[in-house]
Amino acid sequence: MTAAEIRALIKDELGGIAPEIDLETIDPNGDLRAQTDLDSMDFLNLITAIHQRLRVDIPEGDYPRLATLQGFIDYLAQRS
Amino acid sequence: MPSLGADMEAGSLVEWLKRPGDEVKRGDIVAVVETQKGAIEIEIFEDGILERCLVEPGAEVPVGTPLAIVRGIGEAAEPVPPVPTVVAPSPPQPPPAAPAQARAPVAAPAAGLQASPAARTLAAERGVDLSKVKGSGPGGVIVRADVEAVAGVGAPAEAAPKPRGFDFSQMRAAIAAAMSRSKREIPHYYLSDTIDVGAAMDWVAKVNGERAPERRLLIGALFVKASALAAKQFPEMNGAFDKGAFRASAAVHVGVAISIRGGGLVAPAIHDADKLALDDVMAAMRDLIARVRAGRFKSSEIADPTITVSSLGERGVEALYGVIYPPQVAIVGFGKVVKRPWAIGDAIGVRSVTTITLAADHRVSDGHRGALFLARIGELLQTPEAL
Repeated sequence: MTAAEIRALIKDELGGIAPEIDLETIDPNGDLRAQTDLDSMDFLNLITAIHQRLRVDIPEGDYPRLATLQGFIDYLAQRS
Repeated sequence: MPSLGADMEAGSLVEWLKRPGDEVKRGDIVAVVETQKGAIEIEIFEDGILERCLVEPGAEVPVGTPLAIVRGIGEAAEPVPPVPTVVAPSPPQPPPAAPAQARAPVAAPAAGLQASPAARTLAAERGVDLSKVKGSGPGGVIVRADVEAVAGVGAPAEAAPKPRGFDFSQMRAAIAAAMSRSKREIPHYYLSDTIDVGAAMDWVAKVNGERAPERRLLIGALFVKASALAAKQFPEMNGAFDKGAFRASAAVHVGVAISIRGGGLVAPAIHDADKLALDDVMAAMRDLIARVRAGRFKSSEIADPTITVSSLGERGVEALYGVIYPPQVAIVGFGKVVKRPWAIGDAIGVRSVTTITLAADHRVSDGHRGALFLARIGELLQTPEAL
């Protein structure tokens, strides 16, 4: 998948959890959860949705690599 | 009209999800009511046939007003319908449309299409094709508001249901009323204890390592389960103080404080949390949070928590001191899990710890029992595999 496709996927799934978030205003290298006010359950739901869409295994130990929007995109680009 | 919280005086019926003649079973969702806390699904508590609806959609009625007559299985139908004793304050009774509506020819639904009776009736009136309407009700059921949105015309003003979801100013008012009452009436005492949750964190990481994301646990589920088990053993923490007396509850229904994006807070119950397996507690939390996000929860979930657990999660603070939600008598708070230098025997190590707090009602319990209750929660968290 291309970075743009992954970004669109994250935008789509994030919209189901936090519809008011505008991905365009997010600093791609800043803390994603702090910027979007996602709690542990929101984040788990985001991971679950992406896992189900892409069938990518996302072990808990890799969560630190998903701390930023850019990190998230890079991680999924490598694995999908 | 059920009481969905200590401070609720009235509610507006948004719509009926069952129609006269329908068979209803205990636990079925029969209607949607708009309150200060948003739209709440009303469950029925007996089996039978919905004989007649006494309150029209759009009407606001006081708590205690009969909403409908349910005939028990095998009971004879009432020969002469009694005059409904409804105290309908606001809108004048709309024309006697209910029976006519129920019989009105309704466009045959497409296969698999789910729509509420009110939505079907409106769709028939306005010539709306239900198969082109996106449902916002439970399980994607099409509700009246969805049809209205498509029809592009509101119902007559006095019958127009309010928009679905949360009214933030109303919610703020509801929180203000409940919390003011709590601080006015309940002599709170506060306790705090910091405990080692290394074993619980390690166990969760090990379990989750073998699981796909949809089956993973959060430490918050362990906090809820441990609190529920402890509450079962400390009845003075679990129940309601109402009309000058405390009633302990045999069941443990844990209210889980859930913040709402954009502001506000609700604490709907996980029923019998002490008896649920940990995975089921986690599933119930996921389900509740998803429904709170969508602005839908059931009447019983709002009305009957017996104790509340509040956990601000891993991005929160180290300790939170709760305000008891009346008529409950205790709220347990969990701070975020942090790594701290910790004495282990005579050495110092780095451990994951969390601060557990208790705010409890001094009319019902004392600090000594409160301390034992907190200690029990901490103890239960040392053997996570047994939760």
